[in-house]
Amino acid sequence: MQITIAINGKNYTRLVDPDTTLYTFVRDCGCYSVKCGCETTNCGLCTVWMDGTPVLSCSVLAARAAGHEITTLEGVLEESKQFTDFLAAEGAEQCGFCSPGFIMNVLAMKRELSNPTESEIQQYLSGNLCRCTGYAGQMRAIRKYMEVEA
Amino acid sequence: MKYVNTAVKKVDADALVQGKPVYTDDLAPKECLIIKLLRSPHAHAKIVDIDTKIAEKVPGVELILTCKNAPRHRFTSAGQTYPEWSPYDRVLCDDTMRYVGDVAAIVAADTEKHAEQACRLIKVTYEVLEPILDFETAKDNPIRVHDDDSFAKSPFHYAPERNLITSGREDFGDFDAEFAKCTHTVDCTYYTPAQQQCMMETFRSYAYMEYSGRLTLVSSTQVPFHARRHIATMLGIPYTKVRVIKPRIGGGFGAKQTSVSEFYPAAVTWLTGKPSKLIFTRQEAFACSNSRHQMRIRVRAGCDTEGNVTAISIESLSNTGAYGEHGSTVIGLVGHKTIPLYNKLKGGRFVWDVVYTNMESAAAFRGYGATQGTFALESTVNQLAEKAGIDAAELRLRNIAKEGAEVFMTHEIKYLNSSGLRGCITRGMELIGWNEKPHRQVMPDGKIRGMGMAICMQGSGIANVDTASVELRLEDFGFYTLMIGATDMGTGCDTIFAQMVADAMHCPMEKILVHGVDTDVSPYDPGSYASASTYVTGMAVVKACEHMTELILDEAAVRMNCPRETLSFDGASITAEDGTILSLDDLASALVAGPKTHQLVATASHGSPISPPPFMAGFAEIETDPETGKTDVIQMVGVVDCGTPINRALARVQTEGGLSQGIGFALFENVHYQTNGKMMTDNFMNYKIPTRMDTGEIIVDFSESYEPTGPYGAKSIGEVVINTPAPAIVQAVYEATGVRVTSLPITPEKILMGQK
Ligand code: FES
Ligand code: FES
Repeated sequence: MQITIAINGKNYTRLVDPDTTLYTFVRDCGCYSVKCGCETTNCGLCTVWMDGTPVLSCSVLAARAAGHEITTLEGVLEESKQFTDFLAAEGAEQCGFCSPGFIMNVLAMKRELSNPTESEIQQYLSGNLCRCTGYAGQMRAIRKYMEVEA
Repeated sequence: MKYVNTAVKKVDADALVQGKPVYTDDLAPKECLIIKLLRSPHAHAKIVDIDTKIAEKVPGVELILTCKNAPRHRFTSAGQTYPEWSPYDRVLCDDTMRYVGDVAAIVAADTEKHAEQACRLIKVTYEVLEPILDFETAKDNPIRVHDDDSFAKSPFHYAPERNLITSGREDFGDFDAEFAKCTHTVDCTYYTPAQQQCMMETFRSYAYMEYSGRLTLVSSTQVPFHARRHIATMLGIPYTKVRVIKPRIGGGFGAKQTSVSEFYPAAVTWLTGKPSKLIFTRQEAFACSNSRHQMRIRVRAGCDTEGNVTAISIESLSNTGAYGEHGSTVIGLVGHKTIPLYNKLKGGRFVWDVVYTNMESAAAFRGYGATQGTFALESTVNQLAEKAGIDAAELRLRNIAKEGAEVFMTHEIKYLNSSGLRGCITRGMELIGWNEKPHRQVMPDGKIRGMGMAICMQGSGIANVDTASVELRLEDFGFYTLMIGATDMGTGCDTIFAQMVADAMHCPMEKILVHGVDTDVSPYDPGSYASASTYVTGMAVVKACEHMTELILDEAAVRMNCPRETLSFDGASITAEDGTILSLDDLASALVAGPKTHQLVATASHGSPISPPPFMAGFAEIETDPETGKTDVIQMVGVVDCGTPINRALARVQTEGGLSQGIGFALFENVHYQTNGKMMTDNFMNYKIPTRMDTGEIIVDFSESYEPTGPYGAKSIGEVVINTPAPAIVQAVYEATGVRVTSLPITPEKILMGQK
């Protein structure tokens, strides 16, 4: 079937199969920041926004995203820089493979929660796995970022 | 020094946090054959017949390889310096299946759908054989995992007719006599599971043919040069026909020290001439790649009334699974990177057997045997401390080696050049409040807190084996290119080498480009494993910089027409005694122009006869709910002696990450098989790695020492950081609940069942 999805403000029309995932669709459209770590909704690497809300693109069918606005890290580089400068200063993007999905969720959290507690932050991001860093450096970066005036 | 021992941002940081296409699958050509592997459903079986006729008719199918038509050259997939100690027990497609997931057929098609469809249409007739699924029954079992011993290459008592890939024994003094003399003794047997590396990027590679008829493979590998050899050996083609490129890697932790996905695109592209790629699913990464070696370790140790540990014996049995990569080397670290911690030793013994089974192959995982050994020995020493009535940290302080001391049973070093272990222990005690807080504390909500600790060591490269070469070039406008073969897998070695060069050449880091790794252009380096990069490659970098400084002064002397001894170089310019100045930029430009052209290139190689140990002390505070047995980590303190930390931010994050993996090893990560040999824990729902809710507060500090044989005094850090959590947490749980867990992980069930 032919569908159209708006990604980072631009319309992409493609032929897809009924089982094509949004993950495959956005990568086919050149959004290589989006990564896959599990295919089973457990790792958070494939996080993108659908109409501004984080979703796991590995488990959203492309057909279901038709007509919706998708945002990937490529589309929010200015906003994300505020956070990623802190992340890089900590060296908490170790291999970096988990970073894009994690960053998308951190930005969404900043938009959604004001003054979250440590455990609210952890809960919000608990679906974002990282095998390299042990999360502590990510948390240091998040704390600094949450203090930045929006 | 301006950069070494500071927290410099990684050179690839911006690309990574902006999600740039820098990993293997981001770079693969769009028009590419997709490879799928048909895997054995049986743990042990012979392929009687395999029929691909119908599968070949699926549109878009380009090639199907099976035991009938695949190349049959024997190889090992272990990424180790040649001649590897691992047996050459693999062929690309064998007619015997040795575990559930073994490769029966390789299918390459235009799309993933077509490749999968073809896989389903291949008819395999199996003669199902009895498997060995319990590693304790493997030795001398009449069932043979490998019945062809023509390929034996492992030098250590390789005996496939007994399912043994190695066995051996080492003695120091007379263990039995010394053990008999001890006032307090412990004899305990431990079990550790086949922990999974779980790097976020699964195994993946793609291949294409170059204009000159050579095979190029781009792969997420820690060992590009070894992978080149693996592929050439597997295909039976000259090394000159193969080129391996490593882009950015999404983690490795040792998993990618073994070639896993590499062989398949290499074979498909070599045989079809077309580009191809293979991306492992997470399920395949769990069940069909490699893991930590499952082990049973019996430790006997004894001390005198003062707590001097004088006798230690370690008897280990290791499960290498269906294939033997790394099996004969991992086992050594169980003893060699643990027993030497105890410097009052009079009698020591280390015995090992490594067996084949019909389970997923084990290979390299951060810690490489030291992790299992540390868990067993440190758990034993904690018991010994209790028996002797001596504080566990105090007992360590009485036993560890001082700098300069002779150390025992290390296999490679005799004397300890550097050790900050004493400081690791005392600082860790301060940070967790070891002397202030009770080691058992019942909280108002009924939960119980406990504290425990452990120490550990590792190596820095493999003594007398690992080498590294680097090339430093002065480029046309006075900047440098550093060519390396060491593989940055997120760990930041590209960055720390740039720091080292910047300090040695007295210039800003912006003037240094680090390039790695492409086997066509990078100097030889075995790759990043065995905690070797900082120490071994780093030393080659230091040497190359010294050489470059000499070359610059030589050339400046000619061009300034004055004696070389009278010149000085401050990084930006060369100054003569009379005050004449030649800027490096001008010199560099002049060096690449006209008949007197002479680009300065400094190459250096380094190999070390020793592997100086980094040290660490880990302290855990946990809280157990006695109603459910559920245990949470409250605090995990790690203090590391890695010599000089070259990059403080990266060393800290490495430590935090290692502690977190160690917490997973202690509390969650478990591998289960069905009775037919199929792995059940093959996704993140069934195999739990720590989330950010599970690690508690991780606190890291450094107890610096100065290693005279290392670059800027550095030793390694990559592996030592994973070893302490398991024994420290086991002890903390024991303090809290009275339950001593000897088989990892510490599940709530084990605590509940153990409680009186
Ligand atoms: S790939 Fe989507 S959650 Fe892991
Ligand atoms: S940085 Fe490697 S998985 Fe998070």
